[in-house]
Amino acid sequence: MRLEQIEKDMLDGKHGKSAQKSMEILTTLGEIFGAECMVDVYGVQIAGVSYANLGEAGLEFLNEMAEDGKVRVLTTLNPAGMDRENWRALGIDEEFFKNQNRAIDAFAKMGIITTCSCTPYLIGNAPHYGQHIAWAESSAVCYSNSVIGARTNREGGPSALAAAITGKTPKYGYHLEKNRHGQVLFKINASVKGTDEFGVLGKFIGDKLVENGKKIPYIAGIPSATVEELKSFCASVATYGGTALFHMEGITPEYNKYAKPSEIVIEINQDDLDKTRAELIDDDLEIDFVSLGCPHASIHEIAEIAKLLEGKNVKKEFWITTARPTKRIADEAGYSKIIEEAGAKFAADTCCVVAPIKGRFKGIMVDSAKACYYGRAKNKFKVKIGSIEQCVEEAIK
Amino acid sequence: MKLEGRKIYKGIAKAEAIVTKDGISFYGGVDPDTGIVVEVGHDLEGQSITGKVLVFPTGKGSTVGSYTMYRMKKNNKAPAAIVNEEIDTIIAVGCIISEIPCVDKIDIKNIKTGQKLIVNGSEGTVEVK
Repeated sequence: MRLEQIEKDMLDGKHGKSAQKSMEILTTLGEIFGAECMVDVYGVQIAGVSYANLGEAGLEFLNEMAEDGKVRVLTTLNPAGMDRENWRALGIDEEFFKNQNRAIDAFAKMGIITTCSCTPYLIGNAPHYGQHIAWAESSAVCYSNSVIGARTNREGGPSALAAAITGKTPKYGYHLEKNRHGQVLFKINASVKGTDEFGVLGKFIGDKLVENGKKIPYIAGIPSATVEELKSFCASVATYGGTALFHMEGITPEYNKYAKPSEIVIEINQDDLDKTRAELIDDDLEIDFVSLGCPHASIHEIAEIAKLLEGKNVKKEFWITTARPTKRIADEAGYSKIIEEAGAKFAADTCCVVAPIKGRFKGIMVDSAKACYYGRAKNKFKVKIGSIEQCVEEAIK
Repeated sequence: MKLEGRKIYKGIAKAEAIVTKDGISFYGGVDPDTGIVVEVGHDLEGQSITGKVLVFPTGKGSTVGSYTMYRMKKNNKAPAAIVNEEIDTIIAVGCIISEIPCVDKIDIKNIKTGQKLIVNGSEGTVEVK
């Protein structure tokens, strides 16, 4: 790799131990993936924040990096394993609380903004078109590459931290235009509306991509989509297909920049989506937990939930997971009061995927196809997908 | 016999080989406190990889695996070196943060369990004694 003077100096240890270790990680990855040089990044999103995933090993690494490491660019965090204020009411024990805070403290010491959200693009870590970034969190990677048109690979915890400390990432993969072309054309002959339907579509496309050994879909036939629908789609297609980038005709900024793929063409009819939806609803289901906000709920979604819950009484455990800044807006707008008076709970800073709730519930109802995947695989729940309205109906039933 | 590969992480290690045809997931697949492979049905299930040159095709599983390798190193339970056919990001990052010499692009069929190896991570070579 061709390195600039400052990059060589970091590698030689002239900028401290953490910068040296970080540059070792980045140059090694660059060599492995054939990068010719580094590129400056505007911002970083770090995953691997929940103590349940980090463990003592991860924490020890973070503490070592925090000894002399300071981030050089805007850096935010993925969800933690708990709501940092309301953890007790959500059933988190004292020991987990302490350990989770040790991890967050290490991140804070490095100058990272401890937002704890999977939707950094909604709360101020917002790159513009064409900017290079280094993000972990698969749903946010997919959103930033596709909907914003920024450029990032799918980073892991340590490589994202290394990018934050150096302000650099090796220039390969999705940082290069030649790797951003659509590979499979999906023609949609059905109406797709709402976060749940976009999640179902994401699973169908993700599964087909895996079958075909491809990563980048080009999607035609969606006349319009909201930010919330796109965020749900991103989470789903990243979960089921490992997708980091898609193009959507008439909607995403790069859709007409590259040739439309023609080698593999897949038609999607209503029947396909119905079958996929059925795969996200388990048999013998007893729902005792409803969770909305995967990825983290926007203020628009919270307003909608408040409207649906006004004057109602929730009969089941009902979480709304969101970013702390979004929760504060909801507080000021009066939505939080309506939601909490109905008996639903905010779980800010965390989510139903990373919180340590394995086995605590029998069945979960969500509007997110991603939450279905992790609800089953990680937390051993039975799952059901439905619209936001259907989820609220289930909670008050 | 000296095998030429690609350097992944620097350092020289001289140790006995433990070879598997299976991929390795350090997260969940190896106990970081004992160095024993615990993945059910794995070729090396029940065997210790501590202090050995661990030879396997490529990594698999969660990115948290890099942190597991770091924890093994801190517990003095890490392998002495790692040799892969094709490195993946998790193992590469794990070797860097844990300072475990590592070489890839090696045809691992040339190595048998129990052979004495010299892994030179700085040059990207594996010598079979």
